[in-house]
Amino acid sequence: MKKEIMLGNEAIARGAWEAGCHVAAGYPGTPSTEILETIAFKYRDIKAQWSPNEKVALEVAAGASVAGARALATMKHVGLNVAADPLFTFSYTGVNGGLVIINADDPGAWSSQNEQDNRHLARAAKVPMLDASSPSEAKEFTKLAFDISEKFDRPVIVRITTRVAHSQGIVNLEEKQNIPLKDFVRDPKKYVMIPAHARPRHVFIEEQIIKLKEYSTTSGLNFIEWKNKKRGIIANGVAYQYVKEVCSEDSILKIGMVWPLPDDLIKEFASQVEELYVVEELDPFIEDYVKSLGFKVKGKEIIPLCGELTPEIVDKALNGKNIESPLPAYQGVIPPRPPKLCAGCPHGFVFNILKKLDLVVNGDIGCYTLGVLPPYSAMHSQGCMGASIGMHLGFEKARGDEMARNSVAVIGDSTFIHSGITPLIDLVYNKGTGTVIIMDNRATAMTGHQENPATGKTLMGEETFELDLEMMAKACGVKRVTVVDPRDAELLEKVIKEEVAAKEPSVIITKRKCILKK
Amino acid sequence: MKNVIFAGVGGQGVILVSKILMDVALKNGFDVKESEVHGMAQRGGSVECHVRFGTEVSSPLIPKAGADYILCLELLEAMRKLEYLNKNSVLIINREQINPAPVEIGAMEYPSDIESWLKNNFPNTIIVDTGEILKEVGTKRALNVVMLGCLSRFLDFNIKDWEESISKFVKESALEQNIKAFKMGRELIA
Ligand code: SF4
Repeated sequence: MKKEIMLGNEAIARGAWEAGCHVAAGYPGTPSTEILETIAFKYRDIKAQWSPNEKVALEVAAGASVAGARALATMKHVGLNVAADPLFTFSYTGVNGGLVIINADDPGAWSSQNEQDNRHLARAAKVPMLDASSPSEAKEFTKLAFDISEKFDRPVIVRITTRVAHSQGIVNLEEKQNIPLKDFVRDPKKYVMIPAHARPRHVFIEEQIIKLKEYSTTSGLNFIEWKNKKRGIIANGVAYQYVKEVCSEDSILKIGMVWPLPDDLIKEFASQVEELYVVEELDPFIEDYVKSLGFKVKGKEIIPLCGELTPEIVDKALNGKNIESPLPAYQGVIPPRPPKLCAGCPHGFVFNILKKLDLVVNGDIGCYTLGVLPPYSAMHSQGCMGASIGMHLGFEKARGDEMARNSVAVIGDSTFIHSGITPLIDLVYNKGTGTVIIMDNRATAMTGHQENPATGKTLMGEETFELDLEMMAKACGVKRVTVVDPRDAELLEKVIKEEVAAKEPSVIITKRKCILKK
Repeated sequence: MKNVIFAGVGGQGVILVSKILMDVALKNGFDVKESEVHGMAQRGGSVECHVRFGTEVSSPLIPKAGADYILCLELLEAMRKLEYLNKNSVLIINREQINPAPVEIGAMEYPSDIESWLKNNFPNTIIVDTGEILKEVGTKRALNVVMLGCLSRFLDFNIKDWEESISKFVKESALEQNIKAFKMGRELIA
């Protein structure tokens, strides 16, 4: 069999392609971005697209599935929050063609605002979740997920973490399966979730979960590696790899399907080992479940709840091993090397002025979030995609005109399209008077300069309609809209002063291309 | 199993050389895994790549005190990797100083004693000068491959495999320069 070294994300793209996936949609987000980029680059027979946000991406994929296609949606963990609404309801409708969602969690928050554990979302939405521990599994699981989806009429989530998405390993290459589109049958009882249809679907889902529980035990996705029975360790994801490395004498129950969990297999394992452990990153998800089955188990009392695990953390927790360094501690100070705005970055010009004017800045998510760090130190709130504008209005509602005359919201072009339009409508509708700066750098830059609806190009590189941000702001009801080149510092300062002073809503579009964008 | 860490600053090409090494290891019949941390798209943050190869590799991360070779493309970055050293490790560093943001804005100082401290405390430190080589090769961008050449001296793979893998990952137009850089890097290690 042909082998290739692949990044976890490339392996997922390969898996989707081998599974005969027809349509793929997503929104860029580290560490998930390379999946769709690989599809667009290498597997061009899949119709792939960047959607404006993850909710739309999942809806496009769900539509494709109902229409009979095998469909993929990709996103980072916080993206699944945005897509939670369709997730919870498409769990009710189920699928026609296989529907697979790739969810990339980020333990360690390497490039995210939080460390949320999305295994909880699979459970809450009642959809199966596979959890890959390596690039080769990422490919296999993605492929298998399409089959599971069709067999059990469920959307299926494949969960990866940064350590799988951004790690490379050997992957076996197989042929592409030629999967024809399924027929689309008009079936409102299944696809139109009015209450009368939803109630019986709920019953159906619960039946499927019971079947899936059995599948979880028998499918081979979860399996036991028997060794010494003194100690048994249950582990999932990359934590399994660490356990395998540092506990080579212990029996392991490897969890590849993390929801629903395999009751019978857990019982078989737990009842045969003297001491039972769970090693998992983030929340005690498996641990709590094992406890609910009535077993005594050690987990988070020795394994950290916060942050990413590493082999030596597991080694220390389970084997009491301490690391001996051959070096004394260095007594000097090692300056950190945080990421910074590129020299000549268009955002830098804007932050120079915001700093000079000493305004309160409600920030958002993108390269420009680095405005919070020196030398600018000019950002005072930031939460999730699009939050800048809603928070900006909230600041004004709480503290009145004085606050509005001393603050701005800043948001990038892609983030504005993702989740900034509705709060801008709110700002106008509910009589806010604040200023919003849309930093239009003609790219979704932070994740690697992807195209978006305002760049006039698609993921596949085709020319398309270019969303006009100026017209969009006006359509939201903003009368004062100014477009400025941020390199013109004098003009920019004048415009910001004027617009912030004006007692009506205003939008300033600072337009200049990201210097790294081709 | 062999454990290699490449460390540098965003834009120095750390990930590319880790790919070349993996390719050579795969060709020689080893299982191989890699893990990379490279932050966001902006330039200038620390970048780190772990490459492991052997009969069977589980963890993609090298455990602390578990590195056989650490290659640092910048001096200060070496100081962030010390916890991966054990007494048998070899630490190879490019003698170059790239100021991180806090130093650039004058908030912090770039430590001036790195070289002497390492020499005093970790005898297996090799600090190399790549400036002349890069001048001769004609591009600073080949630094990563020069360092790979240094590493190759310690690994039991033949030159042909290295060259083949380099040609797989380097653009045709820059291939000659890179092969030269690799060979000169190899010569740097006595
Ligand atoms: S990638 Fe573009 S937007 Fe981001 S910091 Fe660099 S120049 Fe600025």
